[in-house]
Amino acid sequence: MPKIVFLWTDFFVWLVLFVAIIYGIGVARTPNLRAIWRRVFSQPAAMSASIILGVFLVIGMADSIHFRARIGPDIYAPEAESVLDLFMAHQIASREKTYSAPLAYLSFQKETAQVGGHVVREFPRLEFGGRHLVHPERDWLADVMLRATMGAVIGAIAGLLIFLLCAAVVARDVGNNFAQAWRAMLAGDTDVPWRAVFWTVLALCVLGGAYESLSTGYHVFGTDQTGNDVSYQVAKSIRTAIVLGSLTTAATLPFALVLGVLAGYLKGWVDDGITYLYTTISSIPSVLLIAACVLLIQVFIDKNSQLFATSIERSDIKLFFLCLILGVTEFSTMCRLIRGETLKLRELDYVQAAQAFGASPVKIMRRHIVPNVMHVVIITLVLEFSGIVLYEAVLSYVGIGVDSSTNSFGTMINLARSEMARDPVVWWNLATAFVFMVAFVLSINLLADAVSDAFDPRARRFRPRLRVNLGAAS
Amino acid sequence: MVTYIARRVFYGILVLVGVNLLTFVLFFAVNTPDDIARLNIGGKRVTHEAIEEWKFAHGYDKPMLWNSHDQGAKKATDTIFWQRSMRLFLLEFGASDSGRDIGHEIATRIGPSLALQIPIFILTIFASVVFSLAVVFFRGTYLDFWGVVLCVVMLSISTLFYIIAGQWMFARVLRVVPIAGFVGGLTVVRFLILPIIISAVSRLGGDARLYRAMFLEELSRDYVRTARAKGLTEQAVLFKHVLRNAMIPIITNTFTIFPILFLGSLLFESFFGIPGLGSYTIDAIASQDFAVVRTMVFLGTVLYVVGYMLADVAYTFADPRVRLS
Repeated sequence: MPKIVFLWTDFFVWLVLFVAIIYGIGVARTPNLRAIWRRVFSQPAAMSASIILGVFLVIGMADSIHFRARIGPDIYAPEAESVLDLFMAHQIASREKTYSAPLAYLSFQKETAQVGGHVVREFPRLEFGGRHLVHPERDWLADVMLRATMGAVIGAIAGLLIFLLCAAVVARDVGNNFAQAWRAMLAGDTDVPWRAVFWTVLALCVLGGAYESLSTGYHVFGTDQTGNDVSYQVAKSIRTAIVLGSLTTAATLPFALVLGVLAGYLKGWVDDGITYLYTTISSIPSVLLIAACVLLIQVFIDKNSQLFATSIERSDIKLFFLCLILGVTEFSTMCRLIRGETLKLRELDYVQAAQAFGASPVKIMRRHIVPNVMHVVIITLVLEFSGIVLYEAVLSYVGIGVDSSTNSFGTMINLARSEMARDPVVWWNLATAFVFMVAFVLSINLLADAVSDAFDPRARRFRPRLRVNLGAAS
Repeated sequence: MVTYIARRVFYGILVLVGVNLLTFVLFFAVNTPDDIARLNIGGKRVTHEAIEEWKFAHGYDKPMLWNSHDQGAKKATDTIFWQRSMRLFLLEFGASDSGRDIGHEIATRIGPSLALQIPIFILTIFASVVFSLAVVFFRGTYLDFWGVVLCVVMLSISTLFYIIAGQWMFARVLRVVPIAGFVGGLTVVRFLILPIIISAVSRLGGDARLYRAMFLEELSRDYVRTARAKGLTEQAVLFKHVLRNAMIPIITNTFTIFPILFLGSLLFESFFGIPGLGSYTIDAIASQDFAVVRTMVFLGTVLYVVGYMLADVAYTFADPRVRLS
């Protein structure tokens, strides 16, 4: 039985997920909220984005269960692994010596070798990539094509099966026959944009299948300087991005909510004090505040290095503190918005009625104010998420981001800077980081747009529409 | 008006005092001067005398907040807090932990920073306004739709990608401009043109989308309907009436991006080797020079407070309906 290791960030990420699930159950029980969220997912872009985000989330959560493998009676491995590591054991094990291009069978750098008594400089064969090829010059292209097609076809079949299952469930719910449901879903005649779901699932399955099939024989995204598979690093980076995005806001949300509502509802000196607090914090340029705090944490960790058993725990605590500090800088935005909304709400009739009935301020705030500022909270949460993922890259570049041993989009881009200066250019690290980061951030942004549209009707006017719809709306 | 500005200035100073207290706590209470000394001298086994000597040389040998050994007012002033934190208000920055005069460094480095930031500031606003105006002019067409899609995609891309890709494309492959560096005189344009354009492009997505919303908000107002009822062309409505009125929130909004310029200067100056304040800060962070970081926190905050004050005042000037309260 392996020993489960609870990292700080693991615990909090699961906690955030748990709270999100509870919120989801709450939404399902409240007709009003259910209608709003249905409006979010009635947009095809938001639906596709959330499916992609779901895949990212599964990868990130699989990487958030850590354990130390048992290697003997009462002896455990010195380093913690995650569940994701088990799934990608193949990629971890197949290490090359140094850089290799995506799908390559030759190394990126020339080495000196003896061929028939002569000393020549040549590109050596990779230890893993394309090892099965006997005549790589002749067979490589056909082999890659064959594997990619096989994987894509299997993926497409899997995607179709998933969608058939969905159609069956829908048909049963609606009480329609299967063929009708299927046709309506593909024609886009449904409330839920099933057509978007279909194409997204299909695309993901085809790409995933092709990747899996190719990865049995090649490094699909190439290898980095120390020969590690780039796809493994990207998978690890996803967790870091999710941890940062979710913990940052979750860390300070309770404080921002309580203080913001208190300031807005009580007014007077409480308001002055809280306003002063968040104005002061937000006045410090966030990079510098973060820089200052990260330097201090570095000193703290160096002084108390005996507290952390494994190196992964040490870099994890740094990530955790980074989330807290980022949270402090986010705190002022959230607090200001909640205060503003509360100021508006407290003048409304139903709050005054509650006051007239003699409800205590605490009860009014809890029952009448907090549920009605939640839309501000949710809009801000999703809007800030993508900003934080982007911000992490900048911070890592400045040298105050995550620990250099933690994989993240920031550290990948950071290394890519010197790789782009090489000749020939090592482009695959940057390109992989770019594709996955844009897919992630773009999905969040699309979802955030749909959420703010649904929760804030005023924003809906600014959606781009074609003239036909515009005429009908205005 | 005067009392309003005076009150804002007073509040700004109050915020600065608060920031100073906060950074003081961060830098001196969490990590004692002994830690900083040990860090700067280097190594784990540092003698007590060496630490004392370093603290004396850098002025960290005084008590924190209250000097009970001194006479009169010096009880409060002859302390680390007063000497290192409060004197920042008089723009006396003192020496950095590596021994150089911070004030002099800032004076020589502010020129290159401004030479980069002022064109960025102007070009960003100009490009974003032109782009969003074009999108608004063609609203309801495919151009509008794909323009907004382009904005969302562009704002999903990290600034670092723009910098790395731009530098690689224009400096390495096409060899139009030098990769990095800085010289005096007019030839400096060759070094500055790429960071300026990349910065404007990297900000285009977010800004243009925001401005588009502002323009559309203006378009739904009554005066626009009146202008159309007069029989004005769409061009006249958009460029004469809407543009002018929408510029009020846009201009006031730009004051609040002062601190964002600060972050931008960190990235662009270090990528393009421009010896400005941003690269100074990055070097200080890398070499753990707490005195410089502290000074930059103070300066950055001053910029921020001034920026917001200007935004508020500009807003009240531009829009008389805003009450001064």
